[in-house]
Amino acid sequence: MLPRNGLVSNEVFEPTIIGFTCNWCSYRAADLAGTARIKYPPNIRLIRLMCSGRLDPTFVLKALANGADGVLITGCHPGECHYIEQNYKALRRFQLLRRTLAGFGLEPQRLKLVWASAAEGAKFAAEVASFTEEIRALGPLQWGKARSAQTEAWEEALTEGMEVAA
Amino acid sequence: MSSGNGRKPAVTERIGVYVCHCGSNIAGIVNVQEVAEWAASRLKHRGVVIGRDYKFMCSSLGQELIERDIKELGLTRVVVAACSPHLHEKTFRVACERAGLNPFLMEMVSIREQVSWVHTDKEVATLKAQAVVSGGVERVLHHEALEPLRVPIHPATLVVGGGIAGIQAALEIADAGFPVYLVEREPSIGGHMAQFDKTFPTLDCAACILTPRMVQAGSHPNITLMTWSEVEKVEGFVGNFEVTVRKRARMVKEDLCTGCGICQEKCPKKVVDTIYEAGLGYRKAVYTPFAQAVPKFPVMDVENCTYFIKGTCKACEKFCPTNAIDFTQQDQVLRLNVGSIILATGYEIFDARKVSNYGYGRLANVFTSLEMERLTNAAGPTNGQIVLRDGKTVPKSVGVIHCVGSRDRNFNNYCSVICCMQSLKFAHLVHERTGARVYNFYIDMRTPFKDYDEFYQRVLEEGTLFVRGKVAEVTDAARLPGEEGKLIIQVEDTLAGKQRRIPVDMVILSVGLEPRPDAQEVARRFGISCSVNGWFIEKHPKLDPVATMTEGIYIAGCAQGPKDIPATVSQGAAAAARVLGKIQQKELALEPVRASVLEERCSGCRICNSLCPFNAITYHEDRMVSEINPALCQGCGTCVAACPAGAISGTVFSNEQVLAQIEGLLLLNLGEEALAA
Repeated sequence: MLPRNGLVSNEVFEPTIIGFTCNWCSYRAADLAGTARIKYPPNIRLIRLMCSGRLDPTFVLKALANGADGVLITGCHPGECHYIEQNYKALRRFQLLRRTLAGFGLEPQRLKLVWASAAEGAKFAAEVASFTEEIRALGPLQWGKARSAQTEAWEEALTEGMEVAA
Repeated sequence: MSSGNGRKPAVTERIGVYVCHCGSNIAGIVNVQEVAEWAASRLKHRGVVIGRDYKFMCSSLGQELIERDIKELGLTRVVVAACSPHLHEKTFRVACERAGLNPFLMEMVSIREQVSWVHTDKEVATLKAQAVVSGGVERVLHHEALEPLRVPIHPATLVVGGGIAGIQAALEIADAGFPVYLVEREPSIGGHMAQFDKTFPTLDCAACILTPRMVQAGSHPNITLMTWSEVEKVEGFVGNFEVTVRKRARMVKEDLCTGCGICQEKCPKKVVDTIYEAGLGYRKAVYTPFAQAVPKFPVMDVENCTYFIKGTCKACEKFCPTNAIDFTQQDQVLRLNVGSIILATGYEIFDARKVSNYGYGRLANVFTSLEMERLTNAAGPTNGQIVLRDGKTVPKSVGVIHCVGSRDRNFNNYCSVICCMQSLKFAHLVHERTGARVYNFYIDMRTPFKDYDEFYQRVLEEGTLFVRGKVAEVTDAARLPGEEGKLIIQVEDTLAGKQRRIPVDMVILSVGLEPRPDAQEVARRFGISCSVNGWFIEKHPKLDPVATMTEGIYIAGCAQGPKDIPATVSQGAAAAARVLGKIQQKELALEPVRASVLEERCSGCRICNSLCPFNAITYHEDRMVSEINPALCQGCGTCVAACPAGAISGTVFSNEQVLAQIEGLLLLNLGEEALAA
């Protein structure tokens, strides 16, 4: 049986986290954490993008609206972007998104941005571990579970917008 | 999620899910059979027609399994849950292609690096693996058949760094008949190897084996040598880089200079040579670093030249028989077109001053290994005489300290690879030339590779004394009789289990290797990355040690990590082989990750225009729409994410694919009844 929103064991809240990784740095950091067998909590599920600049803010809203309790964005350190400077654009979007989340009445801390180079497997694992604890402390996000008719309609519009864009 | 009911069109695709055991690497933590069965049953309504697990999916039998299913079951999509796509994505794409399925209709998800290797609870790991597979299934439904992008490759290659690694790489490519630009920062090629006297374990003279290669590189018709030059900027991408090189003004006209050396002779200004002579000798203000320098043309050090300081002198100009001196020369900025780049920028030696308890820089007769190389070199400042700092006293006892700055958590954690053998070499040379008593202080003796341990045995037999233990201090404070006027090495002899004080006349610090201080900056310039320790990162630590994550950029020699001369030469040749392979193909197949604008939806707002760092987006005033040039687009997707009208779509990482993956990862595809349970 698969609980929809996270795994509940011994009544400890197990958050579900979606992590966005950059193909050139943080995805490799995750690979490195694996190769080095560095352990981190299983709450995170990763998505690979070519660059943190590819992160459409909709992705974050979509994840939070559909059951994720937190979203972790990871990218190359400033100045090390594979595409010269696109991680700065991710940084800007992150700042805006955090404010947007607050506007929605959500804790902006549910979204975090972390830089991790391809060499930083240990850092990547440590960041995932600390973010998991931060989200655990915030508790479940009710956005996905107790959806009002309004949320539903909003989300529908959002998804449609994306589909039209196809 | 409610959107799963009704709103989505019925799935017509036929998906095969393949879960790899990877021996016990995955199967030891993840119940792979359960994952495969789960996918086949619970994701049936999402198009999964078969779920299989297999011991090694990447084996030929595993691949055949997939190929057979594609043909027999008519699969239209494939999801492979195994290791990182960076390892085997290509393998499975090729397998799909063999079976007649477009390779881009395969999605690989990582349940090894991202699940089994990083989690410990089997049940939870299995659940996560299911979610990851589910994400892959939803994503692959939105994949489209694609063709790789084909770009022509420019036949010229840029080699950065003229040490033995760069020379080897340049010669291999040039000998194969392709043009090479060899760029070196110093006035001559040769690198660190040109400073050495003997090379371990054969004790051949470094200059004797290196200088012929230097001359070959300098005179090769296919090699354009640019010394006293630096790469300032790199633009473009694999197959077609545009490189800006600054050729510093030599103040010597290369077309007139014969390399006779009269200018160096007549120059009245002596400067301490901190680079080639490691601070032990002098050079002139106009100089070639050493007699066999390639090219033979000297350079003028304008910071020390009397004419540039005081406005008078010009002795070199007066005596130059060919009028080759030109005080007005300016830096030249050159633009080169190349298809591939090899970085062989080498290393720096560890600054021994940082280990203050060893007294380097404070105690006169403490030397670094590089200084020792110069002292033992017949062409060095003492003509090969091993003497103390006073320039005449021959030491009667010498202590060689291994691992200075290496394998030390205060400095560098890593082993610098060459120091044990280098220290043994010094032990041999000192013993041979001075008859002094030689002590080697080591933590562990590391003598792998061909003939190395035999050399160690030889040095043992010659009577060198070995003390196992990390030296605590080198001091000139005598406490016991017989220590006066000596350097005392305080060490714990871990084999004898006692503290020892050993007085010697001379101490040699076998300093470790470090990345160049500007390695990070160089990495950034070329779009590659550095490891935690600062060495350039290779594409794969075992299987691809010369390529980098950036297509078309290769690395060789100590820039990738400490290594000895044979390994450096091998890597230089290997990098050249990789480049030659690419050049021979004439065309490169690239991942078709590109963005494009759907004109009908573009409102002409031009938001995307300024976001592209590659200037791939042009705005058409007449039609009032933006267009993306696929040849310039690098596929980062920033414009796709930014377009407010949703008019830009990106292949391989489309909105639909990512959004579907999110749904899959969150298991929204199981349907309401499953979620209620």
